[in-house]
Amino acid sequence: MTPLVAISGLSVSFDGAAALHGVDLSLAPGEALGLVGESGSGKSVTWLAALGLLPPHAAVSGSVRLEGAEILGAPASTLDRLRGGRVAMIFQDPASSLNPVLTIGKQIGEALALHRGLDGRARMAEAKRLLDLVGMPDSARRLSAYPHELSGGQNQRAMIAMALAGRPDLLIADEPTTALDVTIQAQILELLASLRKETGMALVLISHDLGVVAETCDRVAVMYAGRIVEEAPALALFEAPRHPYAEGLIGALPLLDGPRRRLTAIPGTVPDPREAPPGCAFAPRCPKAASACAGAVPALTEVGPARRAACFFPLRSTPSRAERKVTA
Amino acid sequence: MTPLLEAEGLARVYASRRGVFGRPVAVRAVDHVSLRLGRGETLGVVGESGSGKSTAGRLLLGFEAPDEGEARFDGAAMPPPGSPEWRRLRARMQMIYQDPLGALDRRLTVAAQVKEPLDIHGIGAPEDRAARAAELLAATGLSARIGARRPHELSGGQRQRAVIARALATRPDLLVCDEPVSALDVSIQAQVVNLLSDLQAELGLAMIFISHDLRVVRQISARVAVMYLGRIVEEGAADDIFARPVHPYTKALVSAAPAPGKTGKRILLEGEPPNPAARPSGCAFHPRCAVAVPRCRAEVPSLADLGAGRRAACHLVAPLSGQEAA
Ligand SMILES: Nc1ncnc2c1ncn2[C@@H]1O[C@H](COP(=O)(O)OP(=O)(O)O)[C@@H](O)[C@H]1O
Ligand SMILES: Nc1ncnc2c1ncn2[C@@H]1O[C@H](COP(=O)(O)OP(=O)(O)O)[C@@H](O)[C@H]1O
Ligand SMILES: [Mg+2]
Ligand SMILES: [Mg+2]
Repeated sequence: MTPLVAISGLSVSFDGAAALHGVDLSLAPGEALGLVGESGSGKSVTWLAALGLLPPHAAVSGSVRLEGAEILGAPASTLDRLRGGRVAMIFQDPASSLNPVLTIGKQIGEALALHRGLDGRARMAEAKRLLDLVGMPDSARRLSAYPHELSGGQNQRAMIAMALAGRPDLLIADEPTTALDVTIQAQILELLASLRKETGMALVLISHDLGVVAETCDRVAVMYAGRIVEEAPALALFEAPRHPYAEGLIGALPLLDGPRRRLTAIPGTVPDPREAPPGCAFAPRCPKAASACAGAVPALTEVGPARRAACFFPLRSTPSRAERKVTA
Repeated sequence: MTPLLEAEGLARVYASRRGVFGRPVAVRAVDHVSLRLGRGETLGVVGESGSGKSTAGRLLLGFEAPDEGEARFDGAAMPPPGSPEWRRLRARMQMIYQDPLGALDRRLTVAAQVKEPLDIHGIGAPEDRAARAAELLAATGLSARIGARRPHELSGGQRQRAVIARALATRPDLLVCDEPVSALDVSIQAQVVNLLSDLQAELGLAMIFISHDLRVVRQISARVAVMYLGRIVEEGAADDIFARPVHPYTKALVSAAPAPGKTGKRILLEGEPPNPAARPSGCAFHPRCAVAVPRCRAEVPSLADLGAGRRAACHLVAPLSGQEAA
């Protein structure tokens, strides 16, 4: 089967400093992929580069294919039709992506005009239907509301409604719930899951919260310093991470049940792209690092069924910490 | 023994304007908050934004005077904010905020800022203070090399360590931390949480740890209070309260918390977080509560002792002993 999206060798540098080093990632139609990693690891840049949304001083190379057709470096007119159409993206802060001087109805209407050619009554009826679909309370009245008149959760719903206007095959949600309270976060995650079921669209969920991603996604890719360092089915990753960085992220996450244990903090911080260490970028923070790790960059290789890791000394596949109970 | 910190019926009312031309309405940011904190204890405070956590923290440290009720520190009433008595007390109570950059002076090195409170409060001989500052930095995992830098030259986690080092300079009895790790990545968050736990155990600090993240609060606290629209709606032992929440709001919070491998239906709360300027009648949670009965609309439930160290404010909750509520 042709993947919906196939990214290969995607590299990005800003003024000579490499932020992305040949990322390979693909997504099947309808699949939900989670992308995790500390801030600055390249999660947003990966998708901004893929959709041609980076500023001119970014040097981008590699390949991004949408159902086999190359879109990296495609003409602006092609990308304009694509974005908000077959591929939609929503961000952490809906207030900054919504136009403050236009009503919600007008903004969804514009997307419908552009991507679906709807006008007049049909356009407004569809805008209302989309607001209903995303669970906006009192949708008819909310069509004439401005973003500042809505709460953070309602604005995020409006953003999602706008993203759905072009009937996307792929929705990229970049930290969509980070700014929201936990009960509203739960509502939005539930909404994304049910929309995926209804529309069959694929989802990329970018988050720094592994808990959020693990629950919503089938597969998870872990990024560090501009590279994918591990890729695995969501539950398998939690039960038995193979890359020490993935293990570190999981160990750093406090749990809500089970016995309390000391968190395993990852020492140090994400390296700045201008000061990338030689070899494996994680080696300076890695408890398992050996001399080989500074000598070369480990490639992302198969370490099990549907699992890849980029480590010279991947962790054993048997859950060595069976006591780390996965929540029921 | 008297508790280190005690609050009785604290309330704080702000005048809030909706829109530029709106008439000001009274917002009870904190309402009827009573709690006790013993020496060396950690109380976690959780709740969604606007539930009054930060306001409660400011009232407990006497940064603001309550409109009703009283806070007592070490058995004595909290002196008025800004008074000489209050300034003297400040050495014994410290606050740590979410944004360390805002709390630090951009022009001074981190070491100089850690030393500053020693000068202000005249702690130790002047010639020993630089060494003491270096000791504090080391205790929070910062080298002398990092101490020589200015705040913007540090990472977020290092800045928060510097703020903690400075807060500890006066050997306080009480630390109030308001969302201290919320802006940090989970890996760095774990570093700071471990640091706070260690310092707390070593120094016998009492701590109020405010956060919207239930997982972090459980990790660091012995006891937890859950706030909703200015009131404490449930309180109990950290290990117990999230395992067996009794208040419908705590249940919803626990159910909403993301966790790997979580399956089964969530309790999804209907609607938006409430607006403190339009506080619902009776139990403020009733419009979002799945089990509300008519009484909940009419009558504010009081925070009742359920036994086993648990308190909850809900008309439908019976004592934990299993006996019928009176
Ligand atoms: N417009 C830009 N100009 C220069 N550097 C950038 C730009 N956008 C991102 N970067 C850098 O690229 C790296 C990856 O950033 P990003 O993808 O935003 O991280 P994440 O989304 O994982 O937090 C970071 O080091 C960041 O500073
Ligand atoms: N100085 C202030 N003036 C007016 N209203 C305030 C002030 N501080 C807080 N509030 C209001 O009080 C309520 C509780 O706020 P806060 O204590 O900051 O909650 P939390 O920390 O739980 O998010 C909110 O409605 C907030 O808008
Ligand atoms: Mg990002
Ligand atoms: Mg607050």
